[in-house]
Amino acid sequence: MVLVIAIRNEYDGFTQSLPEPAMTTATFEDIPGTYVFTGERAIEGRHLNRFCMSLMSALNRARFKADERAYLDEWAMSEAQKQAVIKRDFKSLLEHGGNIFFVLKIAAVDGRPTQSVAASFAGQSTEEYAAMMRSGGRNPAGLRSVSGRF
Amino acid sequence: MARISAGIGSSHVPAIGAALDSGRSGHPDWAPIFAGYEWTRNWVAEQKPDVIILVYNDHASAFSLDIVPTFAIGCAESFAPADEGWGPRRVPIVQGHSRLAWHIATGCVLDEFDLTIMNEMKVDHGLTVPLSLVLGQPSEWPVKVIPLAVNVIQYPTPTANRCYRLGEAIARAVQSYPEDLNVQVWGTGGMSHQLSGERAGLINREWDTRFLDQLSADPDALRTMSHEEYIREAGSEGMELIMWLTMRGALGPRIRELYRFYHVPASNTAVGNVVFTPED
Repeated sequence: MVLVIAIRNEYDGFTQSLPEPAMTTATFEDIPGTYVFTGERAIEGRHLNRFCMSLMSALNRARFKADERAYLDEWAMSEAQKQAVIKRDFKSLLEHGGNIFFVLKIAAVDGRPTQSVAASFAGQSTEEYAAMMRSGGRNPAGLRSVSGRF
Repeated sequence: MARISAGIGSSHVPAIGAALDSGRSGHPDWAPIFAGYEWTRNWVAEQKPDVIILVYNDHASAFSLDIVPTFAIGCAESFAPADEGWGPRRVPIVQGHSRLAWHIATGCVLDEFDLTIMNEMKVDHGLTVPLSLVLGQPSEWPVKVIPLAVNVIQYPTPTANRCYRLGEAIARAVQSYPEDLNVQVWGTGGMSHQLSGERAGLINREWDTRFLDQLSADPDALRTMSHEEYIREAGSEGMELIMWLTMRGALGPRIRELYRFYHVPASNTAVGNVVFTPED
């Protein structure tokens, strides 16, 4: 890691260098299956995430449940985003700019626990996933780096 | 004069609040967690803090993506629990300390830390679950709380070093407040967890343990750690741990570690709790 920023903290005498900041999504792409919600993703997911936030209102939840397609068509979302919502394809939602804490509101409408959504990302059943968590969670070995640098 | 007497680190897993609220705290999945917090619960009851500055993050509850403050301080008189999709948690309304909050906001901004001032804000599990873990289920919270919300869900998030230095700036402001107040700073979130992608369910016990060791004895190592390293090792949501550095920064260079608890899992997450006091 290249060290480019030297900070002198006048209060505590801290003089160590800080790591080079990650400026783009690409910096995080070496971490497998990990969607850091950068500005690039925020641009793509702007209307998808606004739709998700609208589900905070009981009235909007009822309208969405009554006719999902009609409700989705009120938002300036791409067809791929709308299809991902209808299919509850959370991986696709994140690939199309969804922020995890916003897309989880769709699961809340369905009364679906977060663990069930988390399990779906890795192709596991909720039971398999819960058992994995009880036995210590998913070990990061082999899942740190696409390039193998870590 | 106001003084910072202690710092507490705590996870803020929403499922812990749900277990407590639905009367399932004795279930084998949850009982070890509540037992692990018992020491902290008793200690804080003895210490009787007047105010807790509670560093946490909002999870798409008070803040949509329309406005994304990096650091926001709650100056309101009170803060109601947010509806996170299942109705608001049935916990007491959080009472603020407007005068101290404004003093900290003033001190920090003039100290070149530009906080967003919140005069109206709902608070989600990020804030209320640590209160429940440490204070139990009273009819009213026995302490005033100043919420300090940190953006960790929309990159760019602040650096670990910036979070630490915010803690130092908060401490300088608190120390210049004239009223005699016993103040604690709590840093919340983490520990290792990732909710999405093929790494969903990631837990890194070894790294979490080292984080706790370094938080106590060598926080500079954590201040200089990159976002990539936090995310790679602790998971995309494990990055919340940078908020523990604000607590650590508020305590000064040397601390005494009074208590540590670590448990896997709470739902998707590793749970950690530490109690520190500052050493002169």
